[in-house]
Amino acid sequence: MGNDVVVVVEHDGGVISDTTFELLGKGRELADAWGGRLVAALFGEPELAGELGAADVVRFAAGAELGGYCPEAWEALLLNVVESVDARLVLIGTSTVGMDLGSSLAARWHAAPLSYVVALRADGDELLATSQIYAGKLLADLRVTAPRVVVTHIGGLLPSDAGRKAGSPALEEIDPAVLGSLKSAFKERRVPDGGGVDITAAPMLVSVGRGIAGQDNLELAQEVADALGVPLSASRPVIDQGWLPKPHQVGKSGKKVKPKAYLAFGISGAPEHLEGMRNSELIIACNTDPSAPIFDVAHYGTTVDLFDLLPELAERLGD
Amino acid sequence: MRIVVPVKQVPDLVEELELNSEGSDIDREFVKFVANEWDEQALEEALLIKEAVGAQVSVVAFDEPDVDQTLYTALARGADDAVKLTGAGDGWLSTAERARLLAQWLSGQSYDMVITGVQASDDLDGQLAGTLGGLLGVPHASVVVGVEPGSGSVTVTQELAGGTVVTTEIATPCVVGMQTARQAPRYAPISRIRQAMSAGGLESVEAPGEATGPAEGVELLRLYPPEKAGRAEMISGDAPAVAERIVEILASKGLVKL
Ligand SMILES: Cc1cc2nc3c(=O)[nH]c(=O)nc-3n(C[C@H](O)[C@H](O)[C@H](O)COP(=O)(O)OP(=O)(O)OC[C@H]3O[C@@H](n4cnc5c(N)ncnc54)[C@H](O)[C@@H]3O)c2cc1C
Ligand SMILES: Nc1ncnc2c1ncn2[C@@H]1O[C@H](COP(=O)(O)O)[C@@H](O)[C@H]1O
Repeated sequence: MGNDVVVVVEHDGGVISDTTFELLGKGRELADAWGGRLVAALFGEPELAGELGAADVVRFAAGAELGGYCPEAWEALLLNVVESVDARLVLIGTSTVGMDLGSSLAARWHAAPLSYVVALRADGDELLATSQIYAGKLLADLRVTAPRVVVTHIGGLLPSDAGRKAGSPALEEIDPAVLGSLKSAFKERRVPDGGGVDITAAPMLVSVGRGIAGQDNLELAQEVADALGVPLSASRPVIDQGWLPKPHQVGKSGKKVKPKAYLAFGISGAPEHLEGMRNSELIIACNTDPSAPIFDVAHYGTTVDLFDLLPELAERLGD
Repeated sequence: MRIVVPVKQVPDLVEELELNSEGSDIDREFVKFVANEWDEQALEEALLIKEAVGAQVSVVAFDEPDVDQTLYTALARGADDAVKLTGAGDGWLSTAERARLLAQWLSGQSYDMVITGVQASDDLDGQLAGTLGGLLGVPHASVVVGVEPGSGSVTVTQELAGGTVVTTEIATPCVVGMQTARQAPRYAPISRIRQAMSAGGLESVEAPGEATGPAEGVELLRLYPPEKAGRAEMISGDAPAVAERIVEILASKGLVKL
């Protein structure tokens, strides 16, 4: 059984994600515990290797077309990496890349997949993990003895400093022949335009989730936002329904926000939402379900109905 | 073109989840099961493709609580046929097992595309799209927000963090994991669901195998709700009292003037 730990380096627009550094820190700890090496897998943008000092080895592939993320190409490269080092564990963030590659790599490399992991540590020669299930309503503690494991780990939970280290890892280029017979081709990468609002700059946010139940009801939240002079933000379902434009979305695939106060109405607190707002200075959540995970990160909570609460707030905050 | 959409039932998260007496699973006796919301996105995208270029859309599910309702709803929305795979086992099927059995069933079918939901809330085992792609040996892409059909290929748009998107052209057959369809899932009127039910277009087929239990090498030690320690301080009282208190809290931080 191998003892190397492989971390997939995620980058977009030439910037390595914070989660990558968090996982490099965790990977370093586990590799040291098992006496293995920490291997960073870097696809596209090989010049980013200079930032991966925490690793012993950087296995890289060059090619501008890889930089934009192409699932089949990344999968072929990653499979090559895990097969050519003595890998035991692969760490990827629970991001698009992790959700896309983690399970296919596990299937092809015959490894046990663990998703939505929030804690991971070595226990002698074994691995102990905690995963979220049911959108964070339950946690599962797991003991992993499988010889090969692919973990997707939720970002934002570990210190990233441990992974930001100077060092001089060995640079090893992956044989480009690995990409010889792909059935897909990268076309383009597009960055959305801001559309006028910048919810990341607002001192406070009034944020609505599916509990708002309909576009017409947004008016109730808008009155509170207007009284505070701040914008509305929302969880993904509200955006997907077209009730508010995309730049208003908070979360994994939206904006990361850190206002002085985040007021959440009818938001359950799925991991993808928490990823975007858990570091707000003050979180006040309104949700009729007392076991909603949003209350795990909120400082204050209430289970009164948002349709009763919003008008009361508007009345008190308005002049 | 044939598009297969695997769908599944998940516990309704709006309700309290109780554990069974061994603490090894949720207590499934009193749980309300609903359709996985991302499967509805998958079906919607399949139906949009069907409308644009023509396709046979097949939904497939394992025999799970209230799954007939979900399959008939899919037919009412515009799916062409619905298959229920029976005999795979009672209770919870892990994604790994689901994928293994579906891959076996699919290997006896012709298909150009499999569109799954991006995820389901009860997963510990990773995501179906990638697992299926890996097992079938065909390309896949997940967290997809749009599929444009071409000839012998599709162009998929995937969402990365912060709203950045990438597009990739992928040869068919392929597997796609759907995050959000290009439009919100269409509504199926009750009358049409009833019609579908009385037409009885649900085909029951023996699953190609049985569940063999959880993966080796991963042992569940404990299943539990997150500790209450870090939880919010709950504000008591009716809506006016709660509103009063929230304004006080904001004022105490200097965020509003009283
Ligand atoms: C790859 C990926 C990326 C994602 N990215 C994001 C993202 O960036 N941002 C995001 O938010 N989500 C994201 N999601 C979706 C996420 O998984 C959840 O589906 C979503 O956050 C749920 O939104 P919600 O809390 O508004 O809805 P629900 O989970 O449906 O919660 C609604 C809540 O409202 C409460 N409620 C209902 N009625 C009332 C009432 N009258 N008064 C008070 N409370 C009420 C209910 O108790 C419930 O808890 C992503 C998912 C995936 C797979
Ligand atoms: N969604 C879930 N619901 C209930 N139990 C689960 C769930 N996911 C994992 N488990 C438990 O965790 C064990 C290990 O899961 P696995 O990761 O599939 O090997 C299973 O045997 C189940 O008992």
